[in-house]
Amino acid sequence: MELSEHFFRRESGRLVAALTRIFGVHNLTLAEDVVQDAFCRALEVWKVRGVPDNPAAWLMAAARHRALDVVRRERTAQKFAPELARVLESEWTLAPTVDEAFAQPAIRDEQLRMMFSCCHPRLPEDVQLALVLNILCGFGAGEIASAFLIGRAAVEKRLSRGKTTLAGAKRLFDLEDAEFEARLSTVLRALYLLFNEGYHGGAADTAVHTDLCGEAMHLTRLLLEAPPAAVPETYALAALMSLHAARLPARLDPDGNLNPLVDQDRSRWDARLVEQGLGYLEHSASGPVVTAYHIEAAIAAAHATAPSLEETDWDSVVELYDRLMSLAASPVVALNRAIAIGQRDGPSSGLDALGSMADRDRLRRYPFYPAAMGELEWRRGNRAAARAHFAAAAALARNPVERRFLVKRAAECGGVVDATPRMENGW
Amino acid sequence: MSQFLYLYRMTDASRQAAMGSPEQAQQSMQRWMTWMRELDTKGHLKDRGQPLERTGKVVRGQQKSVTDGPYLEAKDLVGGFTLVEARDIDQAVELSRGCPILDGGGSVEVRPVMKMDM
Repeated sequence: MELSEHFFRRESGRLVAALTRIFGVHNLTLAEDVVQDAFCRALEVWKVRGVPDNPAAWLMAAARHRALDVVRRERTAQKFAPELARVLESEWTLAPTVDEAFAQPAIRDEQLRMMFSCCHPRLPEDVQLALVLNILCGFGAGEIASAFLIGRAAVEKRLSRGKTTLAGAKRLFDLEDAEFEARLSTVLRALYLLFNEGYHGGAADTAVHTDLCGEAMHLTRLLLEAPPAAVPETYALAALMSLHAARLPARLDPDGNLNPLVDQDRSRWDARLVEQGLGYLEHSASGPVVTAYHIEAAIAAAHATAPSLEETDWDSVVELYDRLMSLAASPVVALNRAIAIGQRDGPSSGLDALGSMADRDRLRRYPFYPAAMGELEWRRGNRAAARAHFAAAAALARNPVERRFLVKRAAECGGVVDATPRMENGW
Repeated sequence: MSQFLYLYRMTDASRQAAMGSPEQAQQSMQRWMTWMRELDTKGHLKDRGQPLERTGKVVRGQQKSVTDGPYLEAKDLVGGFTLVEARDIDQAVELSRGCPILDGGGSVEVRPVMKMDM
């Protein structure tokens, strides 16, 4: 029996949620210890005896067993989940209560409550993301640090700050709470940031980047399974994630080199994810509200359904970027809008749009601003300018993959003439 | 062919390190499974053996005194065992070099099983 990919990480999130239901959120550390203990046992036994037929059930049984032990041993000295206090006291009701916490629907609800609690608006977004990755996705501090290209100590600080806030609450967020809608949008925002970190962040195109995208998609699907959270906005977010993720397999060539959209072999896009994304997009169109997620998903859909770069509906794409600018303006959106204008109206118009971006200073350290200038100058036939922009971009590269790509583009400016149009949104 | 017992020894610290994050645990598990499978396909695996609990009792001396442990004073304790078959101790040692416990700071004690057929 082989373990499925990231098996322990997934199970960690599920088991911590189930145990928090029993112990109460103030005992989060205890829940984590019990899970750690169950994992240790699994490791000891499985490495010698082999993985059992149903490893998830095995782990759950180990955690359940430990949970019963802990409650029996400490129920006089410890306060566990306040709403379960009475049923945990009696041997008659203890085991059934613990069983119920480990049942499938209860675990899912508890994961949602945990997700909503981690995204407390009082917590800064970087703390929210660290908590979600650690508690729900089973990432260790070191793994979070390498995903965000920051020090481990900084992550540990975020986690301890976040967990203090979590443990200070009497209980996890109630899904029936009047604040549900407002909190849901904080949750969606956190998942959006998580996905973007994987897709565009400094560690993009390293081993961790698809992981972050995968986790964001996994948690978004969890929201879609729960009726109150499965609103049009959530479907729009799910659509944009699927449609972007569909392009991930084509973004690196077999040698690990970055492939911009223009060079991507569209047959390598994940057709199943495209189809899924379009399905979500359809579901998202049922409400009166159009969010930024809707528009970003529509842009991604325009790319995903275009047979080639030339056949992309650039009119619509530019128009969608205009709407996005009025809803959620940002330098990166403006950059992508300028690139789309360059496709629709030619490189000089694209360069004008880039040059007139209001807050382009904020992209000073973002390699794809000078890279976009370079691509447009290249298309205008202005090799020397293109080369300078690519060299500037290469100096800002955040990882070896980006650097290799940008250095190569700079080198190409001095070499043979290649008139292929090379522009895109979102790399 | 002779039989050898592998005794897996780990300190608490090395056990914690091997566990690390869930993803590290999974990778560690994968390495163990690969190693075991290799022993098996080459015909060296006599008995996979069993993991041992960390707790226990020690009965000692004529007084038959019973204590918990002896794990407090033991720096590394046996966490499990496997019975292998090999040509000689050199081959048994060679085969043990692939054991993932070594990456985590643990050790493998290789002990020949005494031959009874004299």
